[in-house]
Amino acid sequence: MDLHFGDSKPTDDERAAVDALLGPPESSWEGADRTDADLRWARGGREARDRRDLLLPGLHALNDRVGWISEGALDYLCRRLTVPPAEAYGVATFYAMFSVRPRPATVLYLCTDLACTAAGAPELCAGAEARLGPESGVRVERSPCLGLCERAPAALVIRAGEDPARPAFEDEARQGRSGGPGAAAPGAGNGKGRRGRNTLRATAVCAPATVDTTVQAATAPETARTEPPPTTAVPQAGDPTLTLLKRIGTVDPGSLDDYRAHGGYTALRRAFELGPAAVIREVTDSGLLGRGGAAFPTGRKWQATASRPDHPHYLVCNADESEPGTFKDRVLMEGDPYALVEAMTIAAYATGAHKGYLYLRGEYPRATHRMRHAIEQARARGLLGDDVLGQGYAFDIEIRRGAGAYICGEETALFNSIEGYRGEPRSKPPFPVEKGLFGKPTVENNVETLVNVLPILTMGAAAYAAIGTRRSTGPKLYCVSGSVERPGVYELPFGATLGELLELAGVREGLRAVLLGGAAGGFVRPDELDVPLTFEGTREAGTTLGSGVVMAFDDTVPLPRLLLRIAEFFRDESCGQCVPCRIGTVRQEEALRRIADRTGAAAADDIALLREVGRAMRDASICGLGQTAWNAVESAIDRLGAYE
Amino acid sequence: MTAIPLGVPRRLVEFTLDGQEARVPEGSTILDACRAAGKEVPTLCQGDTLAPKNACRVCVVEVEGSRTLVPACSRKAEPGMEVRTDTERARHSRKVVLELLASSVDLSTTPPAAQWIKEYEAKPDRFGPDAARLDEEPRVDNDLYVRDYGKCILCYKCVDACGDQWQNTFAISVSGRGFDARIAVEHDAPLTDSACVYCGNCIEVCPTGALSFKSEFDMRAAGTWDESRQTETTTVCAYCGVGCNLTLHVQDNEIVKVTSPHDNPVTHGNLCIKGRFGYQHVQNRD
Repeated sequence: MDLHFGDSKPTDDERAAVDALLGPPESSWEGADRTDADLRWARGGREARDRRDLLLPGLHALNDRVGWISEGALDYLCRRLTVPPAEAYGVATFYAMFSVRPRPATVLYLCTDLACTAAGAPELCAGAEARLGPESGVRVERSPCLGLCERAPAALVIRAGEDPARPAFEDEARQGRSGGPGAAAPGAGNGKGRRGRNTLRATAVCAPATVDTTVQAATAPETARTEPPPTTAVPQAGDPTLTLLKRIGTVDPGSLDDYRAHGGYTALRRAFELGPAAVIREVTDSGLLGRGGAAFPTGRKWQATASRPDHPHYLVCNADESEPGTFKDRVLMEGDPYALVEAMTIAAYATGAHKGYLYLRGEYPRATHRMRHAIEQARARGLLGDDVLGQGYAFDIEIRRGAGAYICGEETALFNSIEGYRGEPRSKPPFPVEKGLFGKPTVENNVETLVNVLPILTMGAAAYAAIGTRRSTGPKLYCVSGSVERPGVYELPFGATLGELLELAGVREGLRAVLLGGAAGGFVRPDELDVPLTFEGTREAGTTLGSGVVMAFDDTVPLPRLLLRIAEFFRDESCGQCVPCRIGTVRQEEALRRIADRTGAAAADDIALLREVGRAMRDASICGLGQTAWNAVESAIDRLGAYE
Repeated sequence: MTAIPLGVPRRLVEFTLDGQEARVPEGSTILDACRAAGKEVPTLCQGDTLAPKNACRVCVVEVEGSRTLVPACSRKAEPGMEVRTDTERARHSRKVVLELLASSVDLSTTPPAAQWIKEYEAKPDRFGPDAARLDEEPRVDNDLYVRDYGKCILCYKCVDACGDQWQNTFAISVSGRGFDARIAVEHDAPLTDSACVYCGNCIEVCPTGALSFKSEFDMRAAGTWDESRQTETTTVCAYCGVGCNLTLHVQDNEIVKVTSPHDNPVTHGNLCIKGRFGYQHVQNRD
């Protein structure tokens, strides 16, 4: 490639950030100073281009260190990776967490999504924005769902700088960090380096957030209160009947020994006894359906990938949980990270993959730290690496962080994101099992789906299939939030009714509506609480289980305002590739804004318009985002009688 | 005698197209089959020299058993498939897509748009006077061509032509997201600061006139652009030994635009800066 680079130069910080990821440049072709030797050879061809997938990690490295991505920094990264600067600019501007304009090192994300709005996000935003003016050194951004709905309203602080100022959670502090350049002692320093400038990277999560705690966390993230342990998100913690959540709250998520003492790695041993084909048979016989929202049979997906002659095969775990109201995967990763490592190993073993990618949501600092720690520990103990459990099977996991794009939860958009392209969905066919990541056969599963594989192997397919109903087998996690006394992740066997779940969570008086499945799901009425929570049951009732969101709203929440927020969400998160979604989501939002205060005949024209646009979005959009962007609004009009 | 390459014989795929038997070579798209059968399917982002991007969704058709409509431009015909191109459902989506596009960008220089809008009874005004539009000032930052984003439908054809499908210059990409997505060079700089080599192959594939010769842009602004008074003469570029075909568009004895035949087996409509823009010497009369 004959690439053209501008004259902008990176700063020392930017260069250091990129070099920390990629190593020092080998020649002037990669951005080092020119020497005579450079005149005699050139770096190029496939070897140079094959590092394209490091573009997103490179952008993260710059954003983590400097807080934004300058022209010089982007050009330097492109030079290092042989990526055209125009394409890298397209990628950098795709993600909400990156900025190509200068901004303060600290960014405060305030969740304004459904659960947080109902819990007072507007007041929080107004208060925080009033106190964090331009001189505060904090950029305040209103954000879509941060996945902290059980502790709404939520705020996330990310301060760019050198290495972490303090560990994201307590147990890592006890163990200490593994030294190396830039390693700081736990909790050391005030986050200020030479010249009194904030130079240490830090993150803080504030939930439930008040104006005071948010401003405190934004101005000094290292002094923010530590997050409560993950078990607070699991009201059922300690219940012996739990399957997927049984270790959360009882097992130290930082300790591999503790995990093994509580049944960890028995499933992987069983998998090695059975062999790959029998593992797939077990998963198929168990009736496991994907938990990410599409409910595709997992065994069939595995079988289709395993049988492909083309190699290598890849495993991708989709942990880019961004559906508003969903936080189950975060709780699983924070509370039981080794379970996911083990489950990924089993899935890879069964499908013949030797490399797994864990695509983790960028807004989940604690889950990222926990998973990183768990993977390191597993690697150190021979549970990942060249010879897993001494069985001669090689497998390793790499974490890739998302950067604020809901669309990257779409399986093919996620592949593009990992490969260093804009996170735009690909057209199917070909399907991922045939041509997925890097064009190779790929299995992509959601976190919860994978974690279900462990009980399938330990208890056997038949016993697992006996849980739940005939067509929806096993336990299911639900993310309950909104107008309930005990919000959190609940585990119930498939077949429990919505009413039973809400009772368990302590639904409050005056229930007006329940949103099932998130923004891409649908509303149901308070008199429909007997709908069975199964894939087929919700489908028969004309709604969807989606990713397991159950959000309760009482009659104090204005319904048109909720619908407008959902429409804003889809407008912001549309990737812009296809016309029905790119412009349809804008027209949908405009119409909902017009009728926010209207009812009856005054709203009828716009509702007719919404129906027509919604139908075209559902029929003609490339991917699930556009196809479902009208679902929740339609259900509110048809089932709840909004605007009547 | 020159040998004419015939290629590997391809199997025929049989399927049903609007109730009639259709037979097309394996690997053909539904759109290929429609065109072979003389059926009109509107397309915008599809290009005869480019891999289908299927971004505009104006070519959607109904396929039996498919939950959603499928883009005819990229879906390959499969044996036994039942395709219907003119159902109410397909027509509805095409109509709405045309309404969405026409309500947000200027389609005045998109050749068949007005005719389709009439045919599908699309009413772009129904989104009201406040409907968001792109409404951007044309970017005139060089002497050769103009970028008028107010006319851009984000079909990705220019990006593909500039990238690995033809030019391999990679000067442009889509930046931003959703309704704010735009075609941009690196750092959204002026073209003169970018990797652009002014081959004009992006103009060649642009379906809406968002990218146009500066000469065409100026004449349109002055009201003197009149295609009915133009002649097209295909000739051979005189600059180098490749021998690319040029089609000179001449109005009032002045070259106003240069294109290249897409069916040329060597260049497929692509040129370099000299062939595309280096014609001024022809009309220097003093």
